[in-house]
Amino acid sequence: MPLYRDDVVVLRTHKLGEADRIVTMLSRQNGKIRAVAKGVRRTASKFGARLEPFMVADVQFFEGRTLDTITQAVTIASYGADISADYASYTAASAMVETADKLTEADATQQQYLLLVGALRSLSRGEHGSSLTLDSYLLRALSLAGWAPSFSDCAVSGVPGPHSAFVVQLGGVVSDALAPPGTPRLDHETLGLLSALLSGDWVTADAAGERVRSQASGIVAAYTQWHLERGLRSLEHVDRSNSTVNTNKKVPAA
Amino acid sequence: MYEGIIQELIDELGRLPGIGPKSAQRIAFHILQTETFDVTRLAEVLIEVRDKVHFCSVCGNVSEQDTCSICRDPRRSQNVICVVEEAKDVVAIERTREFRGLYHVLGGAISPIDGIGPDNLRIRELMQRLADASIEEVIIATDPNLEGEATATYLSRLLTVLEIRVTRLASGLPVGGDLEYADEVTLGRAFEGRRLVEK
Repeated sequence: MPLYRDDVVVLRTHKLGEADRIVTMLSRQNGKIRAVAKGVRRTASKFGARLEPFMVADVQFFEGRTLDTITQAVTIASYGADISADYASYTAASAMVETADKLTEADATQQQYLLLVGALRSLSRGEHGSSLTLDSYLLRALSLAGWAPSFSDCAVSGVPGPHSAFVVQLGGVVSDALAPPGTPRLDHETLGLLSALLSGDWVTADAAGERVRSQASGIVAAYTQWHLERGLRSLEHVDRSNSTVNTNKKVPAA
Repeated sequence: MYEGIIQELIDELGRLPGIGPKSAQRIAFHILQTETFDVTRLAEVLIEVRDKVHFCSVCGNVSEQDTCSICRDPRRSQNVICVVEEAKDVVAIERTREFRGLYHVLGGAISPIDGIGPDNLRIRELMQRLADASIEEVIIATDPNLEGEATATYLSRLLTVLEIRVTRLASGLPVGGDLEYADEVTLGRAFEGRRLVEK
């Protein structure tokens, strides 16, 4: 198939030569794709703006031996402008796409694509605090990849909770009998928020206080980086200063 | 694979940005085969550039002295600063002959995915300039891409507190292009930034 089409969300871009870019995308059908977009850095480029990070586009590729080439691109949804207009949302979205880039390969499922598009859409509309949206995305993306954390039953023995000892390496909370010495303990509010973020219970998540959100974010960051086996560069730049109120909040279109 | 010094030359040329192995080989053989090519002059200029060219202590532009020619020029407007990402952007704006103020080169754009945050750019130096001088307007001329827009958002958040007029370069349709070929993002920006036609 020398030519093929797919819906993609743009994760990141790298400069190539004089005016080209290598675009890394997560696609609906073909997992992660890296392709060359020729001439997109020129101001007269016909589809440069459609291949910026956080854009969702219908793209046609020409299959190459090493990298495919993008021949056409049509915008499906443009989240970049709204996200970049709010700095906290921009840093959160950057962490999302970096996670997606490291978490997925050519065999990525459609659920990963839909999850990322949904998270970016939510960020662009300012539906929830950007920090909460990021933490929820990270937990769900890891769950889809097979690393679902447990916040109620013991992650090792399955003994029903509640448990408070949280061990990142063991996959969540563990019973007191299995908890290594010095294991950090989480209060029920933090565990409640983490469960809500994992299940998508936004009423509970939005009602959480600043201290609980901060503690949950630390747990999510540690859990994500341990399972990805490498640090996420964008996580340290995430602006959590407006995690309670999103200044970019907009009324969703009817 | 060539032997000895020729391969070393090809390897060194290949380390330059935008030069692949084929281009490096072509340049190496051009140097070898063209009698008129002054290799000594090229080598001297390369060494001179490394020794003499620094970044301006005020604006961050490239300069052979402590401050660049633009910062030293008393004829330029001292109360407007144009903020750009790279020194190359200063040259691009100077070519327009439309701007007669000062510049501030950030040294890049905020890109968390590449590990570049506000602390990695010359934003602190910009704030110091704004605190000292009688600046009335800051023109944010970062690239019209995602990183450039996010950097502009971050800067505007900082600068509005200082009660300085903050403007952003307009973006929209390129001169000489056809409307039907414009992408929807660019066309949308052009509509947002439309201006009144004076009577």
